[in-house]
Amino acid sequence: MTLACVGAALAAPWIAPQDPFNPAALDLNQAFRPPAWLEGGTARYFLGSDDQGRDVLSAILHGARISLGVGLAAVCFALALGVSLGLAAGYCGGWFDALVMRIADVQLSFPAILIALLIDGVARISLPAGAQDAIAVPVLIVAIGLSAWVQYARTVRGSTLVEKEKEYVQAARVIGRRPLAIMLVHVLPNVMGPVLVIGTIQIATAIITEATLSFLGVGLPPTRPSLGTLIRVGNDFLFSGEWWITVFPGVALVSVVLSVNLLGDWLRDALNPKLR
Amino acid sequence: MRAPLLSVEAVTRDFDVSRPWLERVLEGEGRRLLRAVDGVTLEVRHGETLALVGESGCGKSTIARLMVGLDAPSDGRIEFHGQRRQMIFQSPYASLNPRWRVRDIVAEPIRVLRLARKAEVGARVARLLAQVGLAAEDGEKYPHEFSGGQRQRISIARALSGEPDLLICDEPTSALDVSVQAQILNLMADLQSRLSLTYVFISHNLAVVSQIADRVGVMYLGRLVELAPAGELFSHPRHPYTRMLLEAVPRIERTGEPRTPVAGEVPNPLAPPPGCSFHPRCPHADERCRRERPEFVDAVACHGVQEGRISFAR
Amino acid sequence: MILQAKELRVEFRTRRGTLVAVDGVSFCVARGEVLGVVGESGAGKSLTGLAVMGLLEPPGRIAAGEVWLEGRRIDALPHAALRALRGRRIGVVFQDPLGSLNPLYTIGAQLEETIRTHLGLAGKELRGRALALLAEVGIPAPQARFQHYPHQFSGGMRQRVVIALALAAEPILLIADEPTTALDVSMQAQIIVLIKRVARERGTAVMLITHDMGVIAETADRVAVMYAGRIVEIGAVRDVLHAPQHPYTAGLMASIPRIAAGAGRSRLAQIEGAMPRLSEIPRGCPFHPRCPKRFERCLGSRPELMPVGASQAACWLHASAIAQR
Repeated sequence: MTLACVGAALAAPWIAPQDPFNPAALDLNQAFRPPAWLEGGTARYFLGSDDQGRDVLSAILHGARISLGVGLAAVCFALALGVSLGLAAGYCGGWFDALVMRIADVQLSFPAILIALLIDGVARISLPAGAQDAIAVPVLIVAIGLSAWVQYARTVRGSTLVEKEKEYVQAARVIGRRPLAIMLVHVLPNVMGPVLVIGTIQIATAIITEATLSFLGVGLPPTRPSLGTLIRVGNDFLFSGEWWITVFPGVALVSVVLSVNLLGDWLRDALNPKLR
Repeated sequence: MRAPLLSVEAVTRDFDVSRPWLERVLEGEGRRLLRAVDGVTLEVRHGETLALVGESGCGKSTIARLMVGLDAPSDGRIEFHGQRRQMIFQSPYASLNPRWRVRDIVAEPIRVLRLARKAEVGARVARLLAQVGLAAEDGEKYPHEFSGGQRQRISIARALSGEPDLLICDEPTSALDVSVQAQILNLMADLQSRLSLTYVFISHNLAVVSQIADRVGVMYLGRLVELAPAGELFSHPRHPYTRMLLEAVPRIERTGEPRTPVAGEVPNPLAPPPGCSFHPRCPHADERCRRERPEFVDAVACHGVQEGRISFAR
Repeated sequence: MILQAKELRVEFRTRRGTLVAVDGVSFCVARGEVLGVVGESGAGKSLTGLAVMGLLEPPGRIAAGEVWLEGRRIDALPHAALRALRGRRIGVVFQDPLGSLNPLYTIGAQLEETIRTHLGLAGKELRGRALALLAEVGIPAPQARFQHYPHQFSGGMRQRVVIALALAAEPILLIADEPTTALDVSMQAQIIVLIKRVARERGTAVMLITHDMGVIAETADRVAVMYAGRIVEIGAVRDVLHAPQHPYTAGLMASIPRIAAGAGRSRLAQIEGAMPRLSEIPRGCPFHPRCPKRFERCLGSRPELMPVGASQAACWLHASAIAQR
């Protein structure tokens, strides 16, 4: 199931019936068309069209791609940052550990959204206006990533503290390996498990964070909507009867998130040598 | 006479177990130091098996780590006159990385210490596995596929692959069944004679030690209280603690006999008794024992023995 | 007879099939007697103890056999009845004293709760009984230590408290699963003495499960040696330990290191191979692949316990001897 979702999202630019981001392809006359199986719908707009004549199906495909992309990238960034800091803090201990944990504690007292907002806002101000649209996605990824690294760091640090005392790490020290090598080669494979599971669940949170930011105007520009944006935007039309503009993106989001979570579970089991 | 392979001179190791700084300041407490090893002096001779015995909290594991170089003494000196030293650990379950294959585990010392060319590593690993009684195909498996005894064999193979002169063994058979223990002890004895190894064997099990040791050192609360050749120690124990330990071992020969065990238990190492640390449990303690710490003289640290107060009749 | 187990069989249903962990085990424990159940890891001795108490967790279950306590059959009782029985008539001591005690309550409170629940005492009588128990198990200054928490006791003292808890309800049977394994040697000796005294003075039947032959030698009156889920030899301690009739028992005794004054370094006798996994128990006598005395019959048919002298051993060597007479 995951493969289907991911595959479809990746292939979006080629299979979507319409490029929803090309203003020239939009036909306002086709706006607000209901889905194909209802009265008034056509096959061309399979899931209906929104207020600007955009095909909902195409929008979903493109939007899913962006949502997944941003979510995945943000989580990878947070993972990289959190895992390395947590591993180093746990293994080295001392002042470094204390420093990292205090920073983590301070950051935890702020809501994640606020942090992402802050970073994004600062970026907007400091970068030239023309570059903003192009930079928007990386900045967003960094913003969401920075707001989420702490939990990975904490989890990894806890596991590292446990593994560090185990005798196979002592044996590696006796052999004479350098601390960095021990951390990467011995400890890391044994602490990654729970982190991967958290990570895949976090993809959903990242997607939602991104949607919130986009809605507030500091995320993706409306010309390149993600699933979250589509849901938000379509919400306005819910009560005027054009339910398909928000419902289908919503269903798509749920299935993407669900399949990603299942992927995470499978991944953790696949990587466990004891179950091979 | 040849210089010893390892010499331990007046080694002390303290651990800072004070409470976190803020709490200490708020409650006006000072630092708290745990003295795990207290002024131990001994040497390890080439080719011998030196055993260190004692109950929990006596510092034998700490001294093992000090001897192999995993830790540094707070005071005193440790001098190693050989090439390489390796260690075998107690737990067969925690001593092997669960995510590595056995061949990589055994090959690690060879690679890190660059003891062979890349092409030769595989052959060496196979030879080592055979030496410890495992098959070459076992290299492809993961640790969890083996039993406790087999895992200890893998640990031994790993230690041997580092071509050590000195092998420190920290309770290597304590977690194993009796019949498996016998196999491992026999294996270690064979390897010692074949490869001219020197062992330091840490254990709480006096019976095991009596089978494999040349010399035995008895530790109590971080101090060395007696050090003697094995035959002597077991037939004529001198220090009251050594005698107590030997008395306390459950014996098969004593089936059905009534016994009077010695009272008391090991005190908290954070607050050791003054003077001789054994005096609260010692039937021969006198005023001097309560005040003054005995020096390690003539292979025993006991006022009573040194003054001739305690007779040796068994 | 306080406790009787008849042809007890414990099975585990797994994805790969049904594993038999305890296979046709029968034994009995009399009043005031200490029966040692000894075996290496995987022999099934702990599972036997759990089965007797009704504490088997799924997927393990008692597939066959009976457990009788004081003339009443208890293995088929409903959960609630068995639970009440367990607290009142059977006392249990496990290996890890730290895990057996609730760290949040004083030991006095835990003791009193147990006594109150099972004996219904209250007030001064309750306190008096609890203090007497602490004194009986050898806790010095019981009044003072009554208010202490488990973490304020050392390992040996904690195990004494656990024994006190087990005895609080005046049980007729005490099951101790590796009670001395986690303790220092000097502590072990004291606990051994305590268990023997309890059996003698209170007349409690004791089932002592351990892998340590030395502990068995000093504590038990009779011993059952288990291998791969079966009892291979059972009899008086003196007979079994000093004149073992089953090759496994003999091999085990020979591989135990002993302190013999002046013996010095020597090679231990060893049994080749290892105990088979539950999924790979050999046909015939389960010990035959490792047995130096095996012959034709051992490969095909499984021996039952048969009388040899004063004890019993499950070994074809003795059947031939009997047949020849």
